[in-house]
Amino acid sequence: MKKSVFIGTLAAVSVTAGMAAASTLDDVKAAGELKCGVSTGLVGFAAADANGVYHGFDVAVCRAVAAAVLGDGDKVKFVPTTGKTRFTALASGEVDMLARNTTWTFSRDVDLKFEFIGVNYYDGQGFMVPKALGVASAKDLDGATVCIQTGTTTELNLADYFRSNNISYEPVPIETNAEGQAQYLSGACDVYTTDASGLAATRATFEKPDDHVVLPEIISKEPLGPLVRHGDNQWGDIIRWTLNALITAEELGVTSANIDKMSMEAGNNPEINRLLGTEGDLGGMLGLDKEWAKRAVAQSGNYGEIFDSNIGEGSPVGIARGLNASWTDGGLLYTPPFR
Amino acid sequence: MSATAEPEKGGFRLSQLIYDTRYRSMTIQIIALIGFLLSVGWLIRNAGQNLAELGKPLGFGFLTEQAGYDINQRLIEYNSQMTHGRAAVIGLLNTLLVAFLGCITATVIGVSIGVLRLSKNWIVSRLMTLYIEMFRNVPVLLWIIITMAIFIEVFPQPRDFRGEDAIATMKLFDSIAITNRGILIPALAYGPGIVLVFITFVLSLIGIVFFRRYAKKLQEETGKILPSGLISTGIFFVPTLVVFFAATMINLNKEHVVFGAKTLTLNADNSISADSGIRFCDTGGAGNVNAKNLMRANGIKFKSVPSYDLADSLTRMSSGNTRTGCDIATVPSGTALPEGLFVSEGISLYSGRPIELEKPYLSGFNFTDGVLMRNSLIALWFALSLYTAAFIAETVRSGIQAVSKGQTEAAGALGLRPGRITSLVVLPQALRVIIPPMISQYLNLTKNSSLAIAVGYMDITGTLGGITLNQTGREMESLIILMAIYLAISLTISTIMNQYNERVKLRER
Amino acid sequence: MSDVSYVRTEMLPEKAPPVGQQGLIKWFRENMFSSIPNSILSILAIWAIYAVLSHILPWVFQSSWNASSLTECRANIVAEYGEGATGACWAVVNERFPQLIYGFYPQELRWRLDLAFVGMLVALAPVLFDKLPKKMLWFTAVYPFLAFWLLWGGSIWLPVSIIAGFVLGVVAFKVIGKMFGSLAGMVSVAFVPIIWWLLFAGGAADIAQSIIPLSIQSVPSSQFGGLSLSIIIGVTGIAFSLPIGIVLALGRQSDLMIVKVLCVGFIEFIRGVPLITLLFVASTLLNYFMPPGTNFDIILRVIIMVTLFSAAYMAEVIRGGLAALPKGQYEGADSLGLDFWQATRLVIMPQALKISIPNIVSSFIGLFKDTTLVSIIGLLDPLGLSTNIRADQNWNGIIWELYGFVAVMFFIFCFSMSRYSMYLERKLQTGH
Repeated sequence: MKKSVFIGTLAAVSVTAGMAAASTLDDVKAAGELKCGVSTGLVGFAAADANGVYHGFDVAVCRAVAAAVLGDGDKVKFVPTTGKTRFTALASGEVDMLARNTTWTFSRDVDLKFEFIGVNYYDGQGFMVPKALGVASAKDLDGATVCIQTGTTTELNLADYFRSNNISYEPVPIETNAEGQAQYLSGACDVYTTDASGLAATRATFEKPDDHVVLPEIISKEPLGPLVRHGDNQWGDIIRWTLNALITAEELGVTSANIDKMSMEAGNNPEINRLLGTEGDLGGMLGLDKEWAKRAVAQSGNYGEIFDSNIGEGSPVGIARGLNASWTDGGLLYTPPFR
Repeated sequence: MSATAEPEKGGFRLSQLIYDTRYRSMTIQIIALIGFLLSVGWLIRNAGQNLAELGKPLGFGFLTEQAGYDINQRLIEYNSQMTHGRAAVIGLLNTLLVAFLGCITATVIGVSIGVLRLSKNWIVSRLMTLYIEMFRNVPVLLWIIITMAIFIEVFPQPRDFRGEDAIATMKLFDSIAITNRGILIPALAYGPGIVLVFITFVLSLIGIVFFRRYAKKLQEETGKILPSGLISTGIFFVPTLVVFFAATMINLNKEHVVFGAKTLTLNADNSISADSGIRFCDTGGAGNVNAKNLMRANGIKFKSVPSYDLADSLTRMSSGNTRTGCDIATVPSGTALPEGLFVSEGISLYSGRPIELEKPYLSGFNFTDGVLMRNSLIALWFALSLYTAAFIAETVRSGIQAVSKGQTEAAGALGLRPGRITSLVVLPQALRVIIPPMISQYLNLTKNSSLAIAVGYMDITGTLGGITLNQTGREMESLIILMAIYLAISLTISTIMNQYNERVKLRER
Repeated sequence: MSDVSYVRTEMLPEKAPPVGQQGLIKWFRENMFSSIPNSILSILAIWAIYAVLSHILPWVFQSSWNASSLTECRANIVAEYGEGATGACWAVVNERFPQLIYGFYPQELRWRLDLAFVGMLVALAPVLFDKLPKKMLWFTAVYPFLAFWLLWGGSIWLPVSIIAGFVLGVVAFKVIGKMFGSLAGMVSVAFVPIIWWLLFAGGAADIAQSIIPLSIQSVPSSQFGGLSLSIIIGVTGIAFSLPIGIVLALGRQSDLMIVKVLCVGFIEFIRGVPLITLLFVASTLLNYFMPPGTNFDIILRVIIMVTLFSAAYMAEVIRGGLAALPKGQYEGADSLGLDFWQATRLVIMPQALKISIPNIVSSFIGLFKDTTLVSIIGLLDPLGLSTNIRADQNWNGIIWELYGFVAVMFFIFCFSMSRYSMYLERKLQTGH
């Protein structure tokens, strides 16, 4: 490992070793922690509690990866990133992966040189309006004032949608979800638009959620997923298959409750065996040990459990599975087989 | 060693570069320059390498690409189909607007507070001290956010103005609406005779200048002091108002007619009706305002479509487009119209006074017509003004206190009245102390306006340094342009103000 | 009989002044109602105070201090003060207070932050109050390294080896200065430490650590936050900017044309752009300027940019101090035969710095307030934390309590510092 110290004084603080050639996996193992970029605060997806411990749907993905790679889901350094800083943080190596509600688009994948390793949430941009306005469709929104979060794809979708429908509107750009919520509730804007999951999460925290409706139109496809830098395929594979392991675990009925029992010895279902490392050595192919997937699932449960505890109908956010159900239940989650 | 044993006349030794004071400074400078160039070169090389690795070499082509996003406040034409460069210009204009407004109000508030703080009135001076300490010791970003929050939470939303038992009402004869989306003030619409009124107004301004010169000359020659403030005010208002009312009287004979592919119908009971969903070509102007008021008074639901002039309205009428097309318009009666268009029978409109106020009107989700000063603009403007005013107040106070008491006493001994002492003796001297720190306060205000993103005001940091940067991923280029622009603004302001400072500075002899 | 003239032989007893000329009434008449405009102003002022207080006070005091969520808080207030009552929910401040102060710094290590803060006060004391023994300045000199070690943890040998660089510099100055003259001494001061830090410091620290392991648990920058983060950024920025500012100020006053142009260019550039653009540079660009592969964390990058920012302002402050120094001091130093560096080091700078202290304090206040801007680039200073707390399901929708608390916190800090700088200004005013 080539260690280049950059101006001694600064070295200590955190100038990490410059290793253009070394792999991200080695870096993470050497550092003993996974640096994971998350949002600065979005209910249900990523937020820190009073003790500074992060919780949420996106956070759980980071923890699962940390558990798979390092054996401990708490060895994660969460780096809050804004819409503006997230890509630079990833490109410059400040974070090893970005698990933030980031939409998978062509230009981000190709032009910005990132690798989206899968989709952990199928979303779409929607509109929320107060019931009192009596609006039934987004096409009725002519002349409305619309709150949008800047630095996202939503503002481009919005401009396109209103232009193609010949509707005029007044955009109110806002920096954070909390601010958008304050503006919307006080009536400074008629409509709040963001990803439907974000709308549901925001609506859930209102004093009177029933006074607000999410309009039926979903104006964009927003596949959200974790991403890594181009060029390190091994690292990309690890995160891709960790996510797939979470999803497959739900499909196969492996939960955090029964995983210990199931992984004691090989069972009847060969795919479960391969997943949990009681048969074959899938982990070895990734450069990890046999039990990587077991640890990932054991950390905070399979995809379904993570969904339910953070944003599902059991949680205050209360989002239905919808598109995010397993393909066996009519959703879009369909992973390649573990073979 | 042997060569340097004897000093050679006129010869040059290398050691002279260090030990000879004639050359030493040159050596140091060249070393500094080389060091500087080397480090700059190193930084640029690194940046080039890194950017090449990421596959985005430096280039400003993105400025000509389509922006794709909308901006709510635009002083010049803009839509999402235009370029990133255009969006940056919109942002720049917004920055300049808020900086300009902020500097003016900050000066007014700051000077008043600085003077009041020196007041003998105990409670007022304490209150002003409280104000100054409160604003100076809390971060400006927090003030901006708090002002915005107050604005949003305290003022009523447009919905509250609706209905029989509306919670909120419009102020000042129904001409101003204060909502949490912004404050709507009446727009000006011009009618026949406006040119005359305007020329009169300009002439009276010139007249005031000449009068002031005359008054000064008179005072220097004869010592006679004219009540110049009163007379100036008279010249300012009287001729313009006279012409305005005269034109209004003449306009009483002028009429507008409504025409178009569709018509308004005059009913037997003198009420007017029309097809629902009628689209009105709004070319601006007093006649138009009266037409809209007439339709609203009769409960006709219509949609205004902005249009430039008669020719534009005619194209829009024939286009049949549901978004940009329109159905009816107004013209002065007697204007020749193409065939196939009907004039609404029996309905004629007063062409209007030279200047009519177009009041805000609640329709749909928002108020239409009138001028909307957005909440983000007002919050930013207020917060910056109040914050900077606290600093200006301190400057003004110390400036006034810096004028020696002897000056006031001497002026009193000459028999000047207190008002004149202030305006002729104290202020001119205080101004010299006040102006240099004032310049830096203006600069600070302008730079602080970049915090606009905290309230969603689309200034240059919000467009070029915000959305454009995000959408294109061109951090390097965007930030270079952004910094260059701020640098240019700062240098311009300080140059202008320094020149002014040169003019009022005490000439030392 | 004789002429009757009346001469009073004893003094009359003093009469009580008229009612309007004594006590409270007199005071009111003189200070608040001396004329009609004054009376109007007073009444307006009283009305304004009443209007503001009547809205704020009930809200502040009709509050709930113990609750775990906003809904619970609202329920508490309604239960206590009756239906429809609204009030502040200070419970959020109560619950998140440690976080707003310490950020995410590990709970069991927070004493290190406290200790560093106390140490800072002790280190500042000899600079700010000149009655204290001068020996304490040694602590001030060592303190930055101590603080660095306390805050970030890790091996103690790293700060020690960095100090060693300075010691080497001084030694080199003494030795080389004696051998080759003071200019060579100055050059060696610049180069010896840098060479040490670049090539040997890291290795030396590693060796020392392997011989005598002496380290405390290290804390990554990402766990810094809250008010302590503001203080760290502000204080480091000012401390590091002081030497750079001195160099820039001297450069700006120098006769050397190129040096002067470089310094003026730097100062005017930094002063011409808003801090937020420099922070954008820190958050998005700074890594591009480093050799490929290097990567510092965001707090360090922010500190670098903040230091550069405040160095430009510091240079102007010190330039003011230099300009305020009587010309006789420069001439006196010259007449003693001191060369430029000796004169600057022994005569000019000590005096110039002393008269600059009030302005340095004000520029620190400015910088401290400006640290709130880091919330815009996603750091969790008190303002950034407010956003984060509002994203917590329990506290979603809370506004005024957090902003109010943060505002009060900043006010207390800045106000006391500004009072101190005013006191200093009065003390230094020896002119008249």
